[in-house]
Amino acid sequence: MKPAPFAYHRPDSVDEALQVLAELGADGKVLAGGQSLVPLLNMRLAAPTALVDINRLDQLAYVRIEESGVRVGATARHADVERDEATYDALPLLRQALTHVAHPTIRNRGTTVGSLVHADPSGEMTAVLALLGGSVEIRTAAATRTVAAADFFLGPLESAVGAGELAASAHFPLPEGNAGTAWVEVARRHGDYAICGVGALVTLDDDLRVAAARAAYISVDATPVVRDLTDAVAGQPHDAADWAAAGALAAGELDPEADIHATAAYRRHLAAVLTARAQRAAATHAEQR
Amino acid sequence: MSTRIFGEPIPRREDPRLLSGQGRYLDDLGHGALAAAFVRSPHAHARIVDIDVSDALEVEGLVAIYTHEDLPGQVGHPLPLLIPHPTLTQARTPYPLAKDEVNHVGEAIVMVVATDRYLAEDACQRIRVDYDFLPPVVGIEQSRAADLLVHDDVPDNVSAHMLQEVGDAPAAIDAAPHRLHLDLDIERSASMPMEGKGVYARWDADDRSLRVYTSTQASTSVRAAIAARLGLPLDRVEVVAPDVGGGFGVKIMHPWPEEVLVPWASITLGREVTWAEDRREHFVSSAHERAQQHQVDVGFDDDGRLLGLDVTFWHDNGAYTPYGIIVPIVTSTQLLGPYKPGAYRVEFFSLYTNTVLVTPYRGAGRPQGCFVMERTMDAIAAYLGLDRTTVRERNFIQPEEMPYDHGLVFQDGRPLVYDSGDYPATLEKLKKLVGWDEFEVFREQARADGRRVGIGIGCYVEGTGPGPYEGGFVKVETDGTVIVATGLTSQGQGHQTAFAQVVAEELGVPVDKVVVTTGDTRRFKYAVGTFASRAAVMSGNAVALATRKVREKALRIAGDALEADPADLEIVDGVVQVKGTPGATIPLSTVAVLSNPLRYAFDEETKRATQFAAPADVDKPPIEEGGEPGLEATAYYSPPRSTFANGMHAAIVETDPETAEIKILRYCVVHDCGTLINPRIVEGQIHGGVAQGVGGALYERMVYDESGQLLNASYMDFLMPYATEVPNIEIDHLETPSPLNPLGLKGAGEAGVIPGSAVLSSAIEDAEGIRITRMPISPSELYHLRQKESTTR
Repeated sequence: MKPAPFAYHRPDSVDEALQVLAELGADGKVLAGGQSLVPLLNMRLAAPTALVDINRLDQLAYVRIEESGVRVGATARHADVERDEATYDALPLLRQALTHVAHPTIRNRGTTVGSLVHADPSGEMTAVLALLGGSVEIRTAAATRTVAAADFFLGPLESAVGAGELAASAHFPLPEGNAGTAWVEVARRHGDYAICGVGALVTLDDDLRVAAARAAYISVDATPVVRDLTDAVAGQPHDAADWAAAGALAAGELDPEADIHATAAYRRHLAAVLTARAQRAAATHAEQR
Repeated sequence: MSTRIFGEPIPRREDPRLLSGQGRYLDDLGHGALAAAFVRSPHAHARIVDIDVSDALEVEGLVAIYTHEDLPGQVGHPLPLLIPHPTLTQARTPYPLAKDEVNHVGEAIVMVVATDRYLAEDACQRIRVDYDFLPPVVGIEQSRAADLLVHDDVPDNVSAHMLQEVGDAPAAIDAAPHRLHLDLDIERSASMPMEGKGVYARWDADDRSLRVYTSTQASTSVRAAIAARLGLPLDRVEVVAPDVGGGFGVKIMHPWPEEVLVPWASITLGREVTWAEDRREHFVSSAHERAQQHQVDVGFDDDGRLLGLDVTFWHDNGAYTPYGIIVPIVTSTQLLGPYKPGAYRVEFFSLYTNTVLVTPYRGAGRPQGCFVMERTMDAIAAYLGLDRTTVRERNFIQPEEMPYDHGLVFQDGRPLVYDSGDYPATLEKLKKLVGWDEFEVFREQARADGRRVGIGIGCYVEGTGPGPYEGGFVKVETDGTVIVATGLTSQGQGHQTAFAQVVAEELGVPVDKVVVTTGDTRRFKYAVGTFASRAAVMSGNAVALATRKVREKALRIAGDALEADPADLEIVDGVVQVKGTPGATIPLSTVAVLSNPLRYAFDEETKRATQFAAPADVDKPPIEEGGEPGLEATAYYSPPRSTFANGMHAAIVETDPETAEIKILRYCVVHDCGTLINPRIVEGQIHGGVAQGVGGALYERMVYDESGQLLNASYMDFLMPYATEVPNIEIDHLETPSPLNPLGLKGAGEAGVIPGSAVLSSAIEDAEGIRITRMPISPSELYHLRQKESTTR
């Protein structure tokens, strides 16, 4: 379990990083927290010609509250996002989901943007970005482009970040209206990849009735899945809505795969159960905010 | 003694060193050494057609590449069959490097030596092996079917077939008022020490001697194996077990291929060579355990008393049988637990499969046996509508029936005779600890809240401390330090504390004056190894016996010096004194000086032992006839047979009615390992064992696909429980001393793991009302059991 040989670059600035990435093109691979990439290297499941270590890019180590949402820079650690109180006040879903991302020591090192670029279909933050309709800012030496979550996750471990590009930040928009959120998941062990995980976003009207309900799923498809469940619960009181119907609606549309930890049928069952739990919790959260 | 140290829960003396990064594990040694890496088979069953190394030769830093044909004579021969048995008629052991055929994914084919491990792995990646594929045999079902064979010359894939009988069980079952049949399965797991195996060899060409460091549970035996394989005189080989980061059984297997190959390469190349197993290698090239399928027929009376028990089981021994059939023998005998089975018949078939070989993992066949017996007890209770503890109680061997002879042969080749134990008292304590009789109240409260809970129980008896022997060396240095050595190794059990407590108590010295070394053949040459919960029993008693010899000699010498009768002397805090006579004292350090008559002095202290220092009886030799210089002694302890510890666990679980998640709310242990040397260490052993028991019951399995690929060969997918999955463990002790050894000890190392699957299946069954017959069980499986149950109802 030792990596194949690679060239190592450690730029000191964003400009320098973009220049190195441009020169390396398809041969370059960005190393951020390394919590997924380094094991892949050691098991020789990935053997890039060159690594570009961005850990010295302190300019990107920010968690910033903007009018429209929370922006997270490429070298901000999961723990930075999770523990930032202003961020939690503005957008509680980030912390709600991040506490399920692996273990504290991994969150101390792993980066939120890195986990988005890694595009693991079990990665909580992919579904959070998708649920909120967020985006990723991708830079090259020549240009900057913004890719919406819906277009960002292309397949398992495949994102829209191309050769020579750097995902510089991610933007998590604030939901509109009287919204509440929740994250629930079932994992085999604490901190494991979820067998099924559900993020919920429920918006209530002035009478505390459900105006909109959406859910996002991990570990049920190749990319994070977002479902609008409003039809099942629209207009129902927040504390007496038929969340089970929302769960059934969601699960009926999902076609998860089996793996060594769970059958497809159990995953679909969990999706229904966890949808109901997450929606109920999100509705309660909205009512309390 | 002013205060007792034996029996005190003192903190482990090794911990400050180990917990602050001061440990010296295998991979901390040999920084300048060449590194070895291996090309291992990616296929479960194949013939090797060709090995092409030409691409690898270009790797900078490459030193050597070896295949089977490069190994001279004995070096390349199949590894030894460590434990032969008359019923093991078809034993097969692996070659150090595969010859012609591979029989499991992970089997070593090529050894590469390079200047570092990175480069060695680069070279491995460039070596091409061509194979002719053979159909693999995976799992017990396929092996039993025997449509395909693992080894062409082993009919039906059966390595061993063994039968033991006491009475006529089939007839007793036929004649019984009630009968039940059960099919019970346990899946594969593995020891998984945090430190894998590792070997570091240094050949001294001038001295013609070899020193080998290896992460082993049996350094003396590794030494003998290396000397034999490499054709070296035994006294030219030293084997040292440095700090070992866990063993749990997998490191009692030896010699591993690497333990032969790394020293051989060191000699051949005239260079230091090291190899540290990585986690992926450990999953596919060390050993697994546990997979067995059992069929039980049991006959019993209206009270639930056993009249006859007939068990047939199939044991998956993997591709080879170098460690013999110890695991199924242990299952077949230890299955009986604390019960009288009536007539008993047990038959097993040990089967080859194209998977990693099977050798003992902590518990070593007992978790399977306990699962089988305890599921049977629960089934009888359910059938008769009796409380589960009542059925157990009625079948217990009673204290007054000890010693109890089952009429069977145990794994040490000796009669299965329980030496002592009080099973009714153990059960009583457990029921009280867990609140067994009050559980229905809790269940009703939980039910009212929409929660589903259950309680389970598991009882076991564990044969511990098998022979043939262990030894101990004790020496008082002239500075008062007491040096202790055992050939028996340590893998983190706390021997440096426990043995020191034995010596401090027996000799009368402060425990911090005692320094213990284990598993270093330079210090102690005769030993068997650390396995089967035997270290405290075997080396603990040997060390005590050696200490008693030292004490006797010390009192004799001190008696001469103090002009007192040795019978009137005592040793307190390292000082010999005349009982009741203040002032008449001599420190043990001085006794140590006097024990070694000197011609030459090196310091003030040693002057006392020189020839003109004090008047002496000039007609007597300076060393008494038959005596030896030095205040030291070696002693051995060799028991007639194993001593039997016992314990009972209870667990309360909660199962989520929707998600089928299983949570352990409480886990209670009552444990009897005879006299306790250090309760803290025993509790630590129980904690670790329970954690592994929980792992085996709810999380761990080796997932092989039909082609023999291990799908979860990493810590990401092989689910050892974290601290978050292990419950708080509530412990109560009983101390029923063993009559077999001077200290009254019984082993404690494996106890915690044994009833894990038994107690948790019992609790889940109680919560769910669904028969649990296979372990481990996952939420996904429980979900499907519920689905099945709801459709059949």
